[in-house]
Amino acid sequence: MNQKPLALKVLDIVSLILLLAAAYLAIVVAPTEKVMGDVQRVFYFHVGTAWVALIGFVFTAVLSVIYLITKNLKWDRIQVAAVEVSVVFFLITIILGSIWARPAWNTWWTWDPRLTTAAIAELIYIAYFMLRQGIDDPDKRARFGAVYALIGGLSAPITFFAIRLFRTIHPVVIAGANAEAEGNFSMSGDMLSAFFFALFAFTVIFIDLFWNRIRLGEFQNEVEEMKLKASY
Amino acid sequence: MAKQKTIDNRQRAIGDERQSSASFIQAIGAIVWKDLRAEFRSWELISSMLVFSLLVILIFNFALELDVKTRQSVTAGVLWATFAFAGTLGLNRSMAIEKDRGCLDGLLLAPVDRSVIYFGKFFSNLAFMLIVEAIVLPVYSVLYNTNLFQPGLLLVILLGSIGYTSIGTLLAAMSVQTRTRDILLPILLFPVVFAVLLAAVKASGGLLDNSTFADVSFSINLLIAYDVIFVAASFMLFDSIVEE
Repeated sequence: MNQKPLALKVLDIVSLILLLAAAYLAIVVAPTEKVMGDVQRVFYFHVGTAWVALIGFVFTAVLSVIYLITKNLKWDRIQVAAVEVSVVFFLITIILGSIWARPAWNTWWTWDPRLTTAAIAELIYIAYFMLRQGIDDPDKRARFGAVYALIGGLSAPITFFAIRLFRTIHPVVIAGANAEAEGNFSMSGDMLSAFFFALFAFTVIFIDLFWNRIRLGEFQNEVEEMKLKASY
Repeated sequence: MAKQKTIDNRQRAIGDERQSSASFIQAIGAIVWKDLRAEFRSWELISSMLVFSLLVILIFNFALELDVKTRQSVTAGVLWATFAFAGTLGLNRSMAIEKDRGCLDGLLLAPVDRSVIYFGKFFSNLAFMLIVEAIVLPVYSVLYNTNLFQPGLLLVILLGSIGYTSIGTLLAAMSVQTRTRDILLPILLFPVVFAVLLAAVKASGGLLDNSTFADVSFSINLLIAYDVIFVAASFMLFDSIVEE
């Protein structure tokens, strides 16, 4: 049995500390936003989780291409890990956003481009797992998964663009201002540091979970191989 | 002399290319013809799609209380929802037939490019969908006393169906090879094809709302772009779906 690498153990602890520190910065250090009040503090974790989830999804599409070219199952295991961790983070993003939207927009949910695309992207990657569940042959499962993840990665930005035809009320805090956005605000110095720290913290946490999940995938693979050997 | 030879070679190459593209189209035609003939003997696919579409319209009628006023605004949505639901039925069936009787393996053994099989299935699925639509449209027009036979709307329906079946054929080829095949296709297809359906509904809704063609041309251009993207992506990825 391979031992958990020391670097991973350290990373586990570091992620935990970073999570606590990010929470401290967001809840205590960052000043209260004038108009929205305390609920704006959700923002730091909302963007932090969205950031890593989206990077994870882009990475997934890249891994699809790599798998389809190399046909090495290692890339498939990495892809499953990336999708799984990203799906969880993205779900957190959506839930946090919803919590913020209730006081800011006076509704839990609207059919705004970003929200709709987020919901559809989440459904695409849940469908990805349902597809994989229905296939027993590992090579076929990896191939189909890669194809579907690639189509999903292609269609998510297309969907976003399609809905963008209509107006959006989602605030754009970073880069660019949308006059029709509701709940816009600009960040002060402490807010900025809390924000960037949250981004950093979630990136590390993502890498940690990702790594753990890849290890898990490798163990699963070993177990499957052992089962096959035992059945012969 | 040497020059003459290179010209000859070039001409031969062009001739070969022409021949191969002719045989490419011929092979696609053969697959489409096979599907259409099989269908026109049994009518099982089109008839089930058709009855299903009419039932969906019937359900919408009572679910949405389609009186004159609401009809104006929801006709496009009802139509596309109907086509999308009936479409999965057809796509699933058309691929399941190939898989169950070992026909897909036979097709794969044929000495043609894999993309021929994709385009063959794509065109026959498209044909089934268009036939069903061609029957549903007049029925809907009669039932609800609205004229759906506008050239612009027909174009939108054609473009939307192309986008829908292009990606649908690929995903159906995938889902029939899984354990949960009957329920899997809509789950795989709908989130991915959302953009096409959205653009199609927007364009049809605009046209039914008496907007001019120029007003909806943006949605139509978008639809064309999605068709191109989805056909190209499916064409490139089909190889990885059917390889054994």
